[in-house]
Amino acid sequence: MANIFTSACRGIGNWVTDRAPGMMPMYRKHMTEYYAPKNFNFWYYFGSLALVVLVNQIFTGIFLTMFYKPGAATAFDSVEYIMRDVQWGWLIRYMHEVGASMFFIVVYLHMFRGLMYGSFKKPRELVWLLGMLIFLTLMAEAFMGYVLPWGNMSFWGAKVIISLFGAIPFIGDALVQWIMGDFNPADATLNRFFALHVVALPLVLLLLVVLHIAALHEVGSNNPDGVEIKKNKDPVTHVPLDGIRFHPYYTVKDLFGVGFFLIICAFIIFFQPTLGGWFLENDNFIPANNLVTPAEIKPVWYFTPFYAILRVIPSKGLGVFVMFASIIVLFLVPWLDRGPVKSIRYRGLGYKVALGVFAVTFLLFGAIGAGKSAEWIPAIFGASADVSGIEMHFGWFLLACYFGFFAFLWAYTYFGYEKTKPVPERVTTHA
Amino acid sequence: MLKSVIGLRRFSILLGALGIFAGAGSAVAQEAEGLTPANVRVENIASVQRGARIYFNYCSGCHSIKYMSYSRLSEDLKLSPDDVLASFAFTGAKIGDQVVSNMPEANSALWFGKTPPDLSLEARAKGPDWIYHYLKSFYLDPTRPTGWNNTVFPNVSMPNVLWELQGQQRAVMAPAKAGEDAQVEKLELAVPGAESPAAYDDTARDVTAFLAYVGEPAALVRESTGLWVVLYLAFFTFLAWLLKHEFWKDVH
Amino acid sequence: MANDVVDHGGAGHGVVDHGRRRFLTATTAVVGGAGALIAIVPFIKSWEPSERAKNAGAPVLADISKVEPGQRLSIAWRGQPVWLINRTKALLDTLPQVDNRLKDPKSENADQQPKYAQNETRSLKPEWLVVIGICTHLGCSPEFVPDIKPEPFDPDWKGGFFCPCHKSRYDIAGRVFQGVPAPANLVVPPYKFVNDKQIMIGVNPEGAA
Repeated sequence: MANIFTSACRGIGNWVTDRAPGMMPMYRKHMTEYYAPKNFNFWYYFGSLALVVLVNQIFTGIFLTMFYKPGAATAFDSVEYIMRDVQWGWLIRYMHEVGASMFFIVVYLHMFRGLMYGSFKKPRELVWLLGMLIFLTLMAEAFMGYVLPWGNMSFWGAKVIISLFGAIPFIGDALVQWIMGDFNPADATLNRFFALHVVALPLVLLLLVVLHIAALHEVGSNNPDGVEIKKNKDPVTHVPLDGIRFHPYYTVKDLFGVGFFLIICAFIIFFQPTLGGWFLENDNFIPANNLVTPAEIKPVWYFTPFYAILRVIPSKGLGVFVMFASIIVLFLVPWLDRGPVKSIRYRGLGYKVALGVFAVTFLLFGAIGAGKSAEWIPAIFGASADVSGIEMHFGWFLLACYFGFFAFLWAYTYFGYEKTKPVPERVTTHA
Repeated sequence: MLKSVIGLRRFSILLGALGIFAGAGSAVAQEAEGLTPANVRVENIASVQRGARIYFNYCSGCHSIKYMSYSRLSEDLKLSPDDVLASFAFTGAKIGDQVVSNMPEANSALWFGKTPPDLSLEARAKGPDWIYHYLKSFYLDPTRPTGWNNTVFPNVSMPNVLWELQGQQRAVMAPAKAGEDAQVEKLELAVPGAESPAAYDDTARDVTAFLAYVGEPAALVRESTGLWVVLYLAFFTFLAWLLKHEFWKDVH
Repeated sequence: MANDVVDHGGAGHGVVDHGRRRFLTATTAVVGGAGALIAIVPFIKSWEPSERAKNAGAPVLADISKVEPGQRLSIAWRGQPVWLINRTKALLDTLPQVDNRLKDPKSENADQQPKYAQNETRSLKPEWLVVIGICTHLGCSPEFVPDIKPEPFDPDWKGGFFCPCHKSRYDIAGRVFQGVPAPANLVVPPYKFVNDKQIMIGVNPEGAA
């Protein structure tokens, strides 16, 4: 029985290969003969995890679309319909909602790996740029997704973020009205966000992800030592000495990574689906009301750092500009970092400190954007502290740290201040 | 041997992350602006049933819970459809209908100053702790149109519908600071009600449990399903780890 | 593939235990596959009628107290027209007369009616016919033609139903005639008598199939 099955499969395989001869070579090129460095560590799980989450979002998203009704009058009710009346609808909704936040956790860690190990450096600048485009697209996708339930935070978050575009000189106000299709976020806005969120941006994301992986495979993966494994190949087989076949070694390792990741996701989905309001804000269980603003308008946690950057600058126009600059500056990293050494393991102490400061700055900005100042500042400075004043001034200090990281990175490497350690010829593993 | 050390280190990092998540989750869940936790258990069906009875006797006249149907109440609270209709449906509703109050919106807005809101998602918007404390925090206030005020929701338009059970509370004011209004320091029971304070605490907890259930009926099955999912995933991950370990013998 | 030495330039340590590899791969694949299949189940089940649909499809109570003999009451159940017809004695007497012109005179096709309607009158009580008014051919709703007199489509018409779409004919118990495109008798839904004045459509009588 098994023999008939396998020979049938082989027969079909041969038939296809005769007519599309490039397919098997492509499988070999990207899986069984793609040689990846053998020293991938914990930080290298997040790329495959991001792919898993993307698939989850698409699959659960498609099913949500079967029951969700876009429209200011129907959206909120339809989400409750999914949560209560659709068989297992609650699970599909929670998988999608938790998946959105997990996407950002995974992506932020994935990006941080790039900064640590110099994965953005030549010849991988294109991989980094495509990744940054994915990040931008993901932010737009997540923002629009959050608007769809049409809760009160959906409405007010939409209002605030769209109004940022009003800061653009000359065309700002017209642009805002054009985006909304109305004078306020309304039915028209919701419906177009639905189309963009369900169809347009997922297609863009899929394309970008394919290009991102293709660009990576063209040049080969980096590794925690920043050593180019293609420099040392076996003289006979021409296979990198420090490379191992992606399949089966990394397919099997990533499978384990996925399993562990899913355990964490399952804990959240089944035991704390809103994560106490961090993943799904309490205010979004109130229907959108253009007359009643939530006590605190704040975006979901993954936008809080950028929201804080916006908020600590008192001028709206300048604030919007600096906020966008804080994302755009990341695109420039491959050209700001002039150092020849890729991995933090062999870089100067200055880089290690700067990167650490950058990470802490990002987290502190996140805390500010999430409204923690109102809690922490009185706790540290006393009950009568001027919370907004201290927050703003501390925010300026953090801005200096944030952009300072990039300025420091450039000066440190351009002028040759960085003292690097010798980079080994071959990768190091703990074995 | 060293391989298992790497594995152990990664394991412990990830276990730590898990622990942080679990801890953060539960800590965050109970935060609720410094209110002491209500310790509401939606899985305690008896509590939810009692809460339902109180809700329908005292609250449903003004407040709808429009995302619930009577048939769902019958299924989840393990009451027969006839029981549900007899005990809960005073509006002549049928078993498949949504639970909607008969109070006309225009009238209620006139009488109370605000239309009593639908409470389907109140527990998700405000949290169970808020509801629990709100129900316990009414006090007599002759300056208000209803004669009642509430420390958790100052100047609320809603009267204290549970006063017969709780009794009537009075505010003890703290001495007013210069240039500010006097603040309520604490509430004390001026006239006892049908229930002792401890019994009323349970009553408030039952109503809160009912509203927590109404906010998310799926909570009844969510955690038990989750247990199986996590157990399966742990088993699968263990197998995947063995598989990885086996193949990676080639590499080391 | 499995017995390649990994070309990493270093020494390959030890012998590969193929049996263990195959076993672990197979076990992980089976467990993972089972998990994936179980994970699909909620998504498939999400297509089943939602609570709202089930509530809307709940049994419907029909008041038959005002339906005169020879008259029909039409009521919606699960989005379909259900006809409750008060048959006169004259109409009931026609039923044996048309037996030999029918495709399924004894209602042997069990899909078309509950067991308690598998009788000469296709009903619980002889006078009351409860039937879904949808032609079993392609789904049009037939006309109710109760008068016993010759009709253009049948000179020997004994009362029943005539479908205008493709000319199928049924007798006054909803049984389909020979020589028409419809393959089966009109469907009798589950129903029960709550009392003499009310029929509940969508539930079987207590103790019945």
